[in-house]
Amino acid sequence: MAPLLKVENLRIELTTRAGKAPVIDDLSLELNAGESISFVGESGCGKSMTALAIMGLLPEGVGRVTGGRILFDGEDLTKASDSRLRQIRGNEISMIFQEPMTSLNPVYTVGEQIAEVLRAHQGLSRTAAHGMAVELLDAVRIPNPKGRVNDYPFQMSGGQRQRVMIAIALACKPKILIADEPTTALDVTVQAQIFDLLRDLRRQTGTSIIMITHDMGAVAEMAERMIVMYAGRKAEEGPVAQVIERARHPYTSGLISCVPHIMAEITEERHELTEIPGIVPGLAEFGQDLCLFASRCPRRTERCVSKRPPEVPFPNAQSSACWHAEEM
Amino acid sequence: MSDALLEARNLSVRFPVRARGWGKKAYLTAVDDVSFTVKKGQTLAIVGESGSGKTTAALAIARLVAGETTGEVLLDGRDIVPLTGEQLKDMRRRVQVIFQDPYSSLNPRARVEDIVREPLDNLTDKPEAEKRQIVDQLFEAVGLRPEQKRLFPHQFSGGQRQRIGIARALSTRPEVIICDEAVSALDVAVQAQILNLLRRLQKDFGLTYLFISHDLGVVQHMCDSVAVMYMGKVVEHADRMDLFNNPLHPYTTALLSAVPSVDPTLRENARRILIPGDPPDPFNLPKGCRFVSRCPVAQAGCHDAAPPLEDKGGPHRVACHLVGAEAQSPLGVDAAARA
Repeated sequence: MAPLLKVENLRIELTTRAGKAPVIDDLSLELNAGESISFVGESGCGKSMTALAIMGLLPEGVGRVTGGRILFDGEDLTKASDSRLRQIRGNEISMIFQEPMTSLNPVYTVGEQIAEVLRAHQGLSRTAAHGMAVELLDAVRIPNPKGRVNDYPFQMSGGQRQRVMIAIALACKPKILIADEPTTALDVTVQAQIFDLLRDLRRQTGTSIIMITHDMGAVAEMAERMIVMYAGRKAEEGPVAQVIERARHPYTSGLISCVPHIMAEITEERHELTEIPGIVPGLAEFGQDLCLFASRCPRRTERCVSKRPPEVPFPNAQSSACWHAEEM
Repeated sequence: MSDALLEARNLSVRFPVRARGWGKKAYLTAVDDVSFTVKKGQTLAIVGESGSGKTTAALAIARLVAGETTGEVLLDGRDIVPLTGEQLKDMRRRVQVIFQDPYSSLNPRARVEDIVREPLDNLTDKPEAEKRQIVDQLFEAVGLRPEQKRLFPHQFSGGQRQRIGIARALSTRPEVIICDEAVSALDVAVQAQILNLLRRLQKDFGLTYLFISHDLGVVQHMCDSVAVMYMGKVVEHADRMDLFNNPLHPYTTALLSAVPSVDPTLRENARRILIPGDPPDPFNLPKGCRFVSRCPVAQAGCHDAAPPLEDKGGPHRVACHLVGAEAQSPLGVDAAARA
């Protein structure tokens, strides 16, 4: 079966004052129908940029796809017209954002905002769309949906607002849902509720989910496959459990071990956390023919700073772009 | 306790808010009759959801809240709540704060050496040369290069700015440092650098930390004891091992089970305790236990009386009607022992 979404050798350039910089550099990935994958990495690694490119929402005049293809159901989205993209966006592919506070319009009721999607894409009448909005609020488990549908965003808590965002995103039963750090602004107990909701909705509707996050715990809970990104490139890809068990890229293992996790049994001893020294390189350094992680890497050798490592596939569906992947 | 450096006794903070109707005054009680102790050289973590009052409690200890504070905060046995003037200055020398947001907590128009030196200028009368020497030492201690002293905050990354904030907090040689979500605004890799730095400094300078965080993974790594807050109350207060391996209050258990984990055995064995809904409206709190509206095991009695924070063996204190003297979680043994 052909994958639902296929990104081939994608290259996105951003125009900065210093010139053009490749914020996404030769990225390829596949997403099957019903699958749940995760993009992982620090801020500034190009996770959100990839998502925006899939949605056709790159910042106008600044970001541009300069190479590669984004195939959705066989159709190349990089060549699609604006009106065709408008048909797909919110209908076939939809997105929820990190900040539920700022991504809802404060002067419309949540019901009107959910109904807007249905009227635009499915041509429903005002009353029919309103009725659907109530049903959707019920589906995302907001208590008393009939009453809450006329609330404004400020009358809801952060978790409820994120539920409204999910209701809007799922209104047209999209094939792909992109969730960009959907729970970063929320408390852990609310995060657990949202994850639970997303899992259930996925089971019911068969929607594929792309979740963008920096939290390995969230990846382990939510995704089947993960793509670790670093400085606009794919560092590692593979099934979640396998990658956590044995990472094939030093950046991945650094990301896992630099966070103190809650384990099954807490013991008296506490190790020093593994540090990844330094920070993600600036945009100006992207696109060089070397391993961009080399400056922070404990395994750096001569080869790492002279040539960009190719992506090496392993027989267990893992792959890693590191010269030392075999030894890890 | 003799080795307690910092102790809060029946601490309450309330803020006046506009009430409906003429001439009426209403109060929002953010911290309600809270008591805890921090031993010298150790770390007490205060955890809880947003709005639980953890930051207000910590800032009240640093005498930095605008609200009305009642109760006692003992620093080395001396109450610091009524202090004014010179005595307050002296207390500020001994208690310093590291703030959450490294972007807004540094003056953008000051050079970072002046930022680090400011507490020395305001709170001490050390000679110029000694101040300069202290600043140099601090830059080295937090891992910044001496030539960076002349730069402005915008020329630093988030992690480096947090190092500047730490250097500033250390400048007066304080005994207590309050870390208010000191790493939550940072990227994971940088967070590890700062956490390691904080632990190293604690050892080198013999610091006592009050560590405010909502991230239980980080808390587990940093603390010696934990106070869990919910809606202005401490619901559980215990040593690190006791709290994480045998959480007694249903809220603590739910909070722990909500943290997504990379440990597959934990994920399989842990019964996820979902607590429904959101915290109650702080102006309209439930009459009995404040957690009653979300508690999975609430019983009729829980609606009537607020449970006191009681000792359940060892220094493990819990505020729950359903935890008996044998210190067993009301959720059942399998949920409490999460392994």
